Amino acid sequence: MSKKNDGAGLNSRLIRRPIQRWAPLFILPVFAAFCIGFVWPFIQGIYLSFCNFNVPSDAKWVGVQNYSKIWTDASFWNAFKNTALFAIVTILLINVVAFTVAYALTQKMRGSNLFRTVFFMPNLIGGVVLGYIWSMIFDGILRAYSTYLTANATYGFWGLVVLVSWQQIGYMMIIYIAGLQAVPEDMLEAAKIDGASGSQTLFKVIIPNVMPSITTCTFLTLTNGFKLFDQNLALTGGLPSVIENGAKMNKTELLALNIYSTYNINKNWHGVAQAKAVIFFILVAVLAITQQYFTRSKEVQQ
Amino acid sequence: MAQNLKPKKYSTASTILTAVFVVVCLLWVTPILEVVINSFKSNNAINLDVFALPTAESFVGFGNYIKGLTFGNYPFLKSVGYSVFISVVSTFLILLFCSMAAWYIARVQSKFSNFFYYLCLFSMIVPFQMVMFTLTSTADSLKLNTPWTIPVIYLGFGSGLAIFMFVGFVKGLPLEIEEAAAIDGCGPVRTFFNVVLPMLKPTLISVGILELMWVWNDYLLPYLVLDITKYRTIPIHVQYLKGSYGTVDLGATMAVIMMAILPIIIVYLFCQKYIIKGVAAGAVKG
Repeated sequence: MSKKNDGAGLNSRLIRRPIQRWAPLFILPVFAAFCIGFVWPFIQGIYLSFCNFNVPSDAKWVGVQNYSKIWTDASFWNAFKNTALFAIVTILLINVVAFTVAYALTQKMRGSNLFRTVFFMPNLIGGVVLGYIWSMIFDGILRAYSTYLTANATYGFWGLVVLVSWQQIGYMMIIYIAGLQAVPEDMLEAAKIDGASGSQTLFKVIIPNVMPSITTCTFLTLTNGFKLFDQNLALTGGLPSVIENGAKMNKTELLALNIYSTYNINKNWHGVAQAKAVIFFILVAVLAITQQYFTRSKEVQQ
Repeated sequence: MAQNLKPKKYSTASTILTAVFVVVCLLWVTPILEVVINSFKSNNAINLDVFALPTAESFVGFGNYIKGLTFGNYPFLKSVGYSVFISVVSTFLILLFCSMAAWYIARVQSKFSNFFYYLCLFSMIVPFQMVMFTLTSTADSLKLNTPWTIPVIYLGFGSGLAIFMFVGFVKGLPLEIEEAAAIDGCGPVRTFFNVVLPMLKPTLISVGILELMWVWNDYLLPYLVLDITKYRTIPIHVQYLKGSYGTVDLGATMAVIMMAILPIIIVYLFCQKYIIKGVAAGAVKG
């Protein structure tokens, strides 16, 4: 028997098997909670999206009826459009500003630690509280023009963009700073010696090296944008709402809030709301995986 | 050599940059300053002009704060109590049980543990809306719908990220230390608590901060699961102040918001080093 096998056998006898004997203590609590908090609700959620129900116990199978209802639900498509636009705008805005700020703050300058602290601060405040603060500010500004935030969907949408950018730029900046500090010093020196200009260094040396941070930040801004709920609820709550073709539609609703308000119409809509949630999940999952695939392939191998 | 001649000298460009950032940072904190300013103004004065500084007439001292404690038909301090309890206990449970499970997953690597690990990764991309209705009814039927039991749900729904981060870290730990402990007669329980857990400290801090920030600010989960006539957390409390249209007292609301965010900002200023590190470490995911 080779020495290596001996090692593995020893490892197995000393570590692996004794731990396995303690499985009830080590893994069972989390596994049980995970089943209650995730696995069971997830499976039941998929099942209920094909049912008519008030509470899960009185569910009646109706096939794809809930899904076909979504097809004709204008409020869903309005929310879909808002969410897609919102995600695109915030991904670009947040990442460009956060990278620029991070780049500036990693240069030799006074007070860069203090600035970092300030930029990150909005992250500590929850979405609901942020929504409240900003609705006061926007209403205060718009009062000068004798209007208010929920009077016009355009105000609500861009208000949400401002709020979320203000909240998340600091977070992404921290990730970019960590990435920028990890750019190898000798590469930057080599670029300097070879006479690379500032923009050449930025695009040919720095950006390829911080690609992992860019992957992470676009991933986070993408999924955050799609999953946004609290801020949407607290800032406008989806208002203003209009009646189109006999159905109520909240103009500034994003998808997550639309699912929630669909559920609250009445019990006939519970199944539809759950079906929307399934579509929402698939959408987020596909986007997240695709995004990972594309930006990962651009990362530098080291 | 040339660099050594003028050590630690800031260029003019860098001074200009500093000046620009001072202005930007002042703008950045304006929304928070507005909350501070308006929390000392009377409701009428806020409705007249949000951005005006308090004058002798509009200044109400700590009146809004006193009113804020009972405003909204629910004592504010009770919400604070529930928020503190739920976030501290949930974070503690997540840290303890997820680090234990992660050690098991990383060291045992059986079919079951690998399956569980991939299930955890999967749960990280599932949005809460997917499970919110069914989770609420599950919580009701298992009597997990009180502040004392809701941490179990947080442990279940929040374990994905924690297990992912802990497993990554445990895999980087040298096995020899645990083997030495085992040879010296340590059982798995003692090996974990006396040997592995101390080595996990940096990750415990990072995960702890991320989970604490999540649970503390979470609105929808407690709102759906708890009986909100009896139990409210701070986000639910604030949302309810807004819900009562027509009777909104902006001054008192701003005072409530001040009381809600001031403790967090103070904690942040003291442990910002850990918080920023924790965020940077947590971002490795994805």
